[in-house]
Amino acid sequence: MSADTNHDSESGDVAPGVEGTSIRAGVQGYLIGLGLAVLLTAASFYTAGSGWIWGPGIPVALVVLAIAQIGVHLAFFLHITTAPDNTNNVLALAFGVLIVALVVGGSIWIMGHLNHNMMPMQEMLQMQR
Amino acid sequence: MSSSQAVPATHLREPDPYKLGRAPYHGGSGHGHGEPPGHGAGGPASKRVIVGYGFWIFLLSDIVMFSGFFAAHAVLQDATAGGPSGKDLFDLSRVAIETGLLLASSFTCGMAAVATEARSHLWTQVFLLVTGLLGLGFLIMEAQEFAAMIAEGAGPQRSAFLSSFFAVVGCHGLHVTAGLLWLGTMMAQIFVKGFRPNILRRLLCFNLFWHALDIIWVALFTIVYLIGAGA
Amino acid sequence: MLGKLTWDAIPWDQPIPLVAGATVIFLMLAVIAWVVLKGYLPYLWREWITSVDHKRIGVMYTLLGLVMLVRGFVDAIMMRSQQALAYQAPGYLPPEHYNQIFSAHGTIMIFFGAMPFMIGLMNFVVPLQLGVRDVAFPTLNSTSFWLTATGALLVNISLVVGEFARTGWLPYPPLSELAYSPGVGVDYYVWALQISGVGTLMSGINLVTTILKMRAPGMSYLRMPIYCWTALASNLLIVAAFPILTATLAMLTLDRYLGFHFFTNTAGGNMMMFVNLIWAWGHPEVYILVLPAFGIFSEVISTFSRKPLFGYRSMVMATMFICIVSFTVWLHHFFTMGAGGDVNAAFGIATSIIAVGTGVKVYNWMFTMYGGRIQFTTPMLWSIGFIVTFVIGGMTGVLLAVPPADFQLHNSLFLVAHFHNVIIGGVVFAAFAGLTYWFPKAFGFRLHEGWGKAAFWFSLAGFYLTFMPLYVVGLLGMTRRLQHYDLAQWRPWVLLAGLGVVVTCFGVACQIIQLVVSIRERVELRDEMGDPWNGRSLEWATTSPPPAFNFAVLPDVRGEEPYWEIKRRAIETQQLAAEPEYEAIEMPRNSPTGFITAFFSTLTGFALIWHIWWLVGVGLVAAYCVFVWFAWRDQEEYEIPAEEVAASDRARRRAREAWLRANARVGEPA
Repeated sequence: MSADTNHDSESGDVAPGVEGTSIRAGVQGYLIGLGLAVLLTAASFYTAGSGWIWGPGIPVALVVLAIAQIGVHLAFFLHITTAPDNTNNVLALAFGVLIVALVVGGSIWIMGHLNHNMMPMQEMLQMQR
Repeated sequence: MSSSQAVPATHLREPDPYKLGRAPYHGGSGHGHGEPPGHGAGGPASKRVIVGYGFWIFLLSDIVMFSGFFAAHAVLQDATAGGPSGKDLFDLSRVAIETGLLLASSFTCGMAAVATEARSHLWTQVFLLVTGLLGLGFLIMEAQEFAAMIAEGAGPQRSAFLSSFFAVVGCHGLHVTAGLLWLGTMMAQIFVKGFRPNILRRLLCFNLFWHALDIIWVALFTIVYLIGAGA
Repeated sequence: MLGKLTWDAIPWDQPIPLVAGATVIFLMLAVIAWVVLKGYLPYLWREWITSVDHKRIGVMYTLLGLVMLVRGFVDAIMMRSQQALAYQAPGYLPPEHYNQIFSAHGTIMIFFGAMPFMIGLMNFVVPLQLGVRDVAFPTLNSTSFWLTATGALLVNISLVVGEFARTGWLPYPPLSELAYSPGVGVDYYVWALQISGVGTLMSGINLVTTILKMRAPGMSYLRMPIYCWTALASNLLIVAAFPILTATLAMLTLDRYLGFHFFTNTAGGNMMMFVNLIWAWGHPEVYILVLPAFGIFSEVISTFSRKPLFGYRSMVMATMFICIVSFTVWLHHFFTMGAGGDVNAAFGIATSIIAVGTGVKVYNWMFTMYGGRIQFTTPMLWSIGFIVTFVIGGMTGVLLAVPPADFQLHNSLFLVAHFHNVIIGGVVFAAFAGLTYWFPKAFGFRLHEGWGKAAFWFSLAGFYLTFMPLYVVGLLGMTRRLQHYDLAQWRPWVLLAGLGVVVTCFGVACQIIQLVVSIRERVELRDEMGDPWNGRSLEWATTSPPPAFNFAVLPDVRGEEPYWEIKRRAIETQQLAAEPEYEAIEMPRNSPTGFITAFFSTLTGFALIWHIWWLVGVGLVAAYCVFVWFAWRDQEEYEIPAEEVAASDRARRRAREAWLRANARVGEPA
């Protein structure tokens, strides 16, 4: 059953999510990923729950931790790496991240200014009455 | 840079003629008249690379869709209309358990991939089953949370903030549900058909999907729950 | 049992939609009856409906686009004639009907006219130009097409059953919320777009993967034909932008169906967020349409100027530049909403900058023509007409990019004239240029030149007559979407625009006559050799129409214009390259998956619109079953034996050798 294509192992590009190592190394990779992810998650929840850093800094710290964790997931679970055979995958990811940043960042910026310039909805409704 | 050469390539590694980068291409085609690699020396890429890449593009588009919901949530976060805010509603210990379940399922999903690589039917199925059960546990907890919120009058109709909360978290939940459906179908397929190349490709895609859901969840628990509960 | 659906849903009291709907239904039944009686049904099912061949799917996409362009044009005629009549008078269209017409016009033209047309051409041409045998995911391709067709069907059902949205082509809340649009119009809009949007997204993923991962041996990035580059950029934009539309419409749907408060004006909802999100999709959408149009013009101009494209690399750069920057300009659609000076300035500058990319392209086209031996064929006429028209449209666009000017012109007919100027002058002209240019490749015979030229001149004149007056009347203060008006000052211009539509009608008639005449004279117009225009890229290397497998042997690409090289070598040496060794070819099997999925999505969509919940359940379960059934199949491909491949390719070689002998004295093809 398992005697299939073991010989087409040129170097070259990989599909995302393919790690291509031995079982032992595979398990090891996922374990490291899990360990790091657990660590970062715990740090996030701890940071949010306790006041060990300056209040207004908490969201920043949380976002940094989240980005780090997303990086861990990408590297250890999705096997998106900086190796040359992964360039196409990384470029696509970069494009996606750019779009997400533009959409979220742009929306917040635009809507923030709109809210700032707008009369609060409550007052507007009262004027209409 | 040469790390990809140092790693012993296995059967999962397949050449792609279009990759960028400088790794030398040793493909067996006869077109090597001094062309650098990544320039299509061997013609179309293998099916596995094509399917994996196409699915990767799909996942990115899915993440862009989530970004729309995230943007809405960011904008409407303070629009509580006199209703409860995240601070009043979120139970962070429940969220922590949910996170743990999903993270564990991501790990077992990876284990299933390793088992598939070793062509072990039994372990693939076992790990997929555990992945599914963990995902189901996550869904049940999320459903309970939603039900409790709606019961205490903090449903999505209450305020724009709650609308955006239910939508963004619910959208992720819907994805998990779809993933479970897919997972069940995949397990049945492996059982009936074995590790055929097309099933191996689908397993690769499922893996990507499941891990991507976990990534979205990281953004969710950070932005919606942790920052939301603190604000 | 049937949700909100009752007999009252059919507009018995409104003769216009009723008669129009009855005519369309009658025509459709007649066509179906004809197909069945003639015994064409098995052929249609086998060769077209279940086909996963990118060429067939491309043709069906294009056909859908053509039919829907005519459908949208009928709406345009009604609007222009209503405005021509409604000077100090009610006209013949009551407001609620008029509002549906302008909403349907925009929706149909963009989503079901222009999009399928452009996607159809890309589907047909891109794999041929890349020198490969199919797209990355053939069955998915078929599904994409049928889902798009589902959306078009739903929009047209709304003509007879229920109503269409009265909100404009983008349903701004709070008007589109349940409180102000309680009918099913907005629901038709939302579900038609959601379903066809899924199809568009999958088609985008498919083509991106095809272009990035499947090319003929030796075709590096900078050897891809420019049309493939523009297709890549356009499909990247589809992949990045359509999910935003999906999310936005999903939020509106949640508002309407489940009482959410995203965009309501109660409970903290923010309708401006809808405007923001929809344009974050809407502006890239413009470039999704126009980038492949630029690609078509580049191919056409280079071919008929007998020169390689001037500044190929700068063209690639400009394309990718537009692709990225198109995501940073969306606020210029709502300068007047009140984001304030600094935000408006930033987006205004970005909007002006994006015009630079297009400017680079215009110069490249002009320098391609400069010094060339230009042949004024129909596609070339469309291209030259485009350059002139599009420059005018682009200039008015740059004008509108200046926020203070935009405050004056926002929502006026000036704006309407501007975007018709770029979309008709850019996308529609490109569609017809591409249609005439690649038609012989698809069907093996050329389109009639005389009628094609007539169609071009009438369309061009009709366009200028219709929209130049709208610029003027827009500057005179006339706003868009007026059902009637009282100002004598506007009247002559509005009448002139009405006259323009009459002229355009002649253009449309010429197009239809051109098709009919060409089909009747197909023997004389036959393209024997597969290269009717003396082309430069790989699609002309194969026969017209190409075999199912496109190329018997994947071409070996050694330069920017691989086919031109092959041809020149053949002419110089007076012989074709040595006959290759033919091998059996594996091609994907046909599959009805797409059609069946679309059938159930039509049911599901219709049920969602009318709140027939049991049918929603049935449709979803059935769709899932179709997927599993498809996933379960054991045979994905069939084999074309080597002899068949060889026979097909030898026939192609004979035709080419005959051409070589006949043109032996011509020497250089240029």
